[in-house]
Amino acid sequence: MKRLTTGFLAVWLVTASAFAAIGSHEFDNPQDEQRFKALIAELRCLVCQNQNLADSNAELAQDLREQVYTMIQQGATDQEIIDYMVNRYGDFVLYRPPFKATTAALWIGPFVILAGGVLVAVVYVRRRRRAPPAVTDEAELNRARQLLNDDETKPS
Amino acid sequence: MWRYLLPLGLFIGLVALLAVGLGLNPREVPSPFIGKPAPQFTLPRLHRPEATVSPADFRGQVWLLNVWASWCASCRVEHPVFNALARRQEVILVGLNYKDQRNDALQWLAELGDPYTVTAMDADGKVGIDWGVYGVPETFVIDKRGIIRLKHTGPVTREVLRDEILPLVRELKKEPA
Amino acid sequence: MIPELGHFALILALGLTLVQATVPLLGSLFRRPAWMAVARPAAFGQLLFMLLAFAALTWSFVINDFSVLYVASNSNSALPLIYRISAVWGAHEGSLLLWGTMLSLWTGAVLIFSRSLTAEMLARVVAVMGMVSIGFLLFMLLTSNPFERLLPAPPDGRDLNPLLQDPGLAIHPPMLYMGYVGLAVPFAFAVAAMIGGRLDAAWARWSRPWTSIAWMFLTLGIALGSWWAYYELGWGGWWFWDPVENASFLPWLVATALMHSLAVTEKRNVFKAWTVLLAIFAFSLSLLGTFLVRSGVLTSVHAFATDPARGVFILIFLAIVVGSSLALYAWRAPRIRSSGRFALVSRESALLLNNVLLLVVTISILLGTLYPLIIDALGLGKISVGPPYFNSVFVPLTAPLAALLGFGALARWKQDRFGRLFRLLRWPLAAAFVLGLGWAALMAPFKVGAAFGLVLALWVIAASLYALWLRVAGKAAPLAALFRVPRGFWGMTLGHLGVGVFIVGITLTSLYSTEKDVRLAPGQSHTMDGYTFTFEGVTHTEGPNYSADQGLVVITRDGRPIATLHPQKRIYHVQRMPMTEAGIDAGLKRDLFVALGEPLGQDGSWSLRLYVKPYVRWIWLGALIMAFGGLLAATDRRYRMARRAEAKLPAGAAAGVA
Repeated sequence: MKRLTTGFLAVWLVTASAFAAIGSHEFDNPQDEQRFKALIAELRCLVCQNQNLADSNAELAQDLREQVYTMIQQGATDQEIIDYMVNRYGDFVLYRPPFKATTAALWIGPFVILAGGVLVAVVYVRRRRRAPPAVTDEAELNRARQLLNDDETKPS
Repeated sequence: MWRYLLPLGLFIGLVALLAVGLGLNPREVPSPFIGKPAPQFTLPRLHRPEATVSPADFRGQVWLLNVWASWCASCRVEHPVFNALARRQEVILVGLNYKDQRNDALQWLAELGDPYTVTAMDADGKVGIDWGVYGVPETFVIDKRGIIRLKHTGPVTREVLRDEILPLVRELKKEPA
Repeated sequence: MIPELGHFALILALGLTLVQATVPLLGSLFRRPAWMAVARPAAFGQLLFMLLAFAALTWSFVINDFSVLYVASNSNSALPLIYRISAVWGAHEGSLLLWGTMLSLWTGAVLIFSRSLTAEMLARVVAVMGMVSIGFLLFMLLTSNPFERLLPAPPDGRDLNPLLQDPGLAIHPPMLYMGYVGLAVPFAFAVAAMIGGRLDAAWARWSRPWTSIAWMFLTLGIALGSWWAYYELGWGGWWFWDPVENASFLPWLVATALMHSLAVTEKRNVFKAWTVLLAIFAFSLSLLGTFLVRSGVLTSVHAFATDPARGVFILIFLAIVVGSSLALYAWRAPRIRSSGRFALVSRESALLLNNVLLLVVTISILLGTLYPLIIDALGLGKISVGPPYFNSVFVPLTAPLAALLGFGALARWKQDRFGRLFRLLRWPLAAAFVLGLGWAALMAPFKVGAAFGLVLALWVIAASLYALWLRVAGKAAPLAALFRVPRGFWGMTLGHLGVGVFIVGITLTSLYSTEKDVRLAPGQSHTMDGYTFTFEGVTHTEGPNYSADQGLVVITRDGRPIATLHPQKRIYHVQRMPMTEAGIDAGLKRDLFVALGEPLGQDGSWSLRLYVKPYVRWIWLGALIMAFGGLLAATDRRYRMARRAEAKLPAGAAAGVA
């Protein structure tokens, strides 16, 4: 049970998730700015408690934002930037899990379950239609009669 | 009839998963570099900035890269382990001084001891990013052909050294260059 | 002294709960009225001592007793009183005490409001709730004692996390916990019914109002959390699909399915086994959420100080509670016989499909939340699953649900035909298309996604209003008839209207929000979407326990003044944590949002983030409307009249003939 404790992460964790990193990156055109915003929203801050690069003010997040900015200015495509990050930090850095053998179940799963669920529901309804009507047993009938009798004799 | 046991069965599976999960660390990020060539860099040396150091300098040898900084508290904790390792002269220790000031770094080494054969200065952290560094300290084991074989995140303790790093180093030393 | 009394109160509560969980249950199995009657005093006794313990902890906070470790860790003498009180549930131990206290409150409520239940049923329900209480009390007493001392006492405390020093976040946990804990009631009813071997319309009718109220609180709690994240965290977002957020959303989804399923079981005596399973599932997800927040198994901004040792305890507790109820289900369910029949096109089928869709959404979100853990546990590496995944999956799965809504609400029970439904609903359908496309056309630029979302939302709204209209149209005095429409129906109408309003909010705000980071010197301005934001510099100000840089931003539109905003950047003295307080001009049609960034340069210029967020309030407005619907549904006269009627019948008969 190896636990990363104290010093290692304490150095990196900036507790303020409230401190939205209000950037100072200037762009030549709005498309680049859009790409930048989209990318830093989909990349994960590795030292934070589940934040993307856009929201984190950790130093590593600032460095990586700077890296994304630089790459955009240098003309890199979105895929090139993503590959750059994944080559260094693995798939963990992507909030959109890439579609591969290990994540197929994740991406396709919901729709398979949907199809399965609808199928089960339809089969269930069909089977109910063919089921005979409920059989009331003697005991229940008697109790019902008794109730009705009691009700009649009671003042309402 | 058995379909009524399905929810229970699924639940038991979930509990098993969560039980395993309690023993895992969701924050630890494995390195994608294991088995891949060490990323190249050419950085100024801490003690002699006009000279440079790069991984190619250590071809043919097994070596450790230890990422540290003077502002890092855990580095202080692990440093005696590296000092002891250096005295044994079993493996080359290369330091990567990460996002630090030269004077602070020199002072830190003067105060705590310098186990490194050479220390590279990564002032802006670019090389750190290239190596997938996300926290300090981190330690890499690189083999004779320049392939990264192990990454340890967090301080290196005597146990980690004894049980993980040194056995691997000894293995790698037997490999041809 | 007081903390020790609080601690002692917890121990006494545990003792009483042990009695509450066993004696009445045995009494119901061996037909001992005296034993069953123990339920009431035991539960009320537990409630008393839980309240005393809670009061003791609150008192310790109010008087700044830093010799209590929990108080020292979460409070400070400079902390304003309201936050000293909300700090009681601000961290792990205190929030557990809140959980436990609420559970005893709900148990008391069940005892007060369930005069019509049979003695057996009541005894079992109270016993089951007692078993859950035992778990939480043991958890507190063995691993997470809020009354632990810190000696020698420090001169002052470490202060409450500044993120929690906010009114919205002060009431968010209590609302949420009322929902989580409230789901224990239908759970207890389901388990009690299974123990008794009798699942019938009465059981469903008893469970419904409790489920609605719990659902209402959960809706409010989630909405509060989302609203808080929006105005506090400064990134203009309102939902991040964080594991802990998902942990609150999952029981909500299942509780929604449960509400609908209970309606069918009560009215038509079908879906009994499904409804029981849903009741178990809903509460299980509540407990799972508790586990995820406190065990450290998943990384989350919301996680309490995580501790795997505590995680083990909760996991064992979860395994016992859910495992035994599912085992009970496996044993009893085969003998449950539903006697109703219904066609493929009918309200029953529509509600079944509704529940299938809700469950598919639930399982998908659960899958996405746990997937990184699954991959890691299998040794296949580490991945992250975040908003891009959840958003991609959520929309395609919930769109059919919204489309189904209108038809389901108006379909006939037992048997209906597509043709009739389409003919019946052609006007709302047409209205939805025309108005939806029209509205989308008014937004600039036109987006297909907006058209889709708006048509869907207006369909839900139109169909719900139409269903209401059908009930009063043709009556002699339609307006008076409106008031005589039963609350249950109003509840449904408002619930569905809330969904429509919510969809409008998320569609328009996701597609049409604008955001810009700017650098402005004092006097400079930036225009966005017709609004001109003029920065007038930053002044220094002091709060009770923080210092702040306060900006002044004036917003005008076409020269007309719209708002003056005061965004702040605070530094809380004790924890030295910087916090942004955004300046927001809230409006029904749009929010204007300004956050301070960094000071740049000598001329007093700062970086600022500006947002225009159209219709974002509709998101929480929709949730409020939904919640109000839940409240109305729960207070329907039927439940109160049924109580009076059943009170006249002999005790045995009320239980059960379907």
